[in-house]
Amino acid sequence: MEYISIIISAVFVNNIVFTQFLGLCPFLGVSNRLSTAIGMSGAVLFVMTLATIVTYLIQTYILVPLEIGFLQTVSYILVIAALVQMVEIIMKKVSPQLYQALGVYLPLITTNCAILGVAILVIQKDLNLVQSVVFAIANALGFALALIIFSGLREHLDIIDVPEGMRGVPIALVMAGLLSLIFMGFAGIVS
Amino acid sequence: MNQWKNFTKGFLRENPVFILLLGLCPTLGVTTTAINGLGMGLATTFVLVMSNIVISLIKGVIPDKVRIPSFIVVIASFVTVVDLVMAGYAPALHAQLGLFIPLIVVNCIVLGRAEGFASKNNLITSLIDGLGMGFGFAFALTILGGARELLGSGALFGYKFIQGDGMLVFVLAPGAFIVLGYLIAIVRKINNKRAQT
Repeated sequence: MEYISIIISAVFVNNIVFTQFLGLCPFLGVSNRLSTAIGMSGAVLFVMTLATIVTYLIQTYILVPLEIGFLQTVSYILVIAALVQMVEIIMKKVSPQLYQALGVYLPLITTNCAILGVAILVIQKDLNLVQSVVFAIANALGFALALIIFSGLREHLDIIDVPEGMRGVPIALVMAGLLSLIFMGFAGIVS
Repeated sequence: MNQWKNFTKGFLRENPVFILLLGLCPTLGVTTTAINGLGMGLATTFVLVMSNIVISLIKGVIPDKVRIPSFIVVIASFVTVVDLVMAGYAPALHAQLGLFIPLIVVNCIVLGRAEGFASKNNLITSLIDGLGMGFGFAFALTILGGARELLGSGALFGYKFIQGDGMLVFVLAPGAFIVLGYLIAIVRKINNKRAQT
């Protein structure tokens, strides 16, 4: 039950994109096509889960015992950068098409604040390891949900006649605002 | 390059938020009031200037293959400095900005300027670029924060001059997206006008 409430809270109530404002660069960057959105979501799910586990272990077994908590930001970002590099190498080998499609955004997962944000949130919320993993997966799913809904809508935007000044990013942002308004309707489902 | 042009490009022509669309997470996340926007903008400016300086100084020493991780370590060090200083001297602002202070590390603007500018230019040019981009970012955040504060609670920099509650939605998450969308449209319009004349 506890895990279910973590999942519902992370996916709907406190959606990482629409209410926490994390991971907006890839959210706007790769949401033009549904297929790239799905690929990006997969990459984020994988990296976010791994990164949260590794950074949690580093926090618990290295930073806290040695009392060097101030190195949190530096050490976390290095671990995440290394992980992303690894995912990139694996993806290049396993699925060249996906690698082509995600292009420049894969290295940019390093600077996806959602990854570092979740890793730090887990520590701030004082979760244990299993809760942290569930939290990370749930947040990645929330990200995927937001990205996929949004890319589906953006594909429709291409064929709509939008006033000149609002074309492209401005109308997409306004649409994201309306989506965010919808997600606010979930507030209060779980305490 | 003309240094003055280099400095002013961050405000409208190459504004990191309105034109380049970088660093959107803190842009939307912290701009509930003009003060928060300004605080975040100045914190980012500090990191941007310092990391641009250091990176332009050490660019000859870093092997090409490990340059990105090295840049990130430099940036992360300055972010830690900002984080600790702010927690010590401005705890209220630090609590407001919260998670977004450590997240300056992953602000695309900082790494983008390090990789795209400071690693190719000399000290003075990089310094000015950092200042210009940083102020442009702070400018954008203050405008966005001000607009949301004004619409949402009828106040500006905490000074309330319209009675009543205002439209709460602009202080909440959806307002951030919607106001930014319209601001980008307005800035594009201005830039188009300037390009024509």
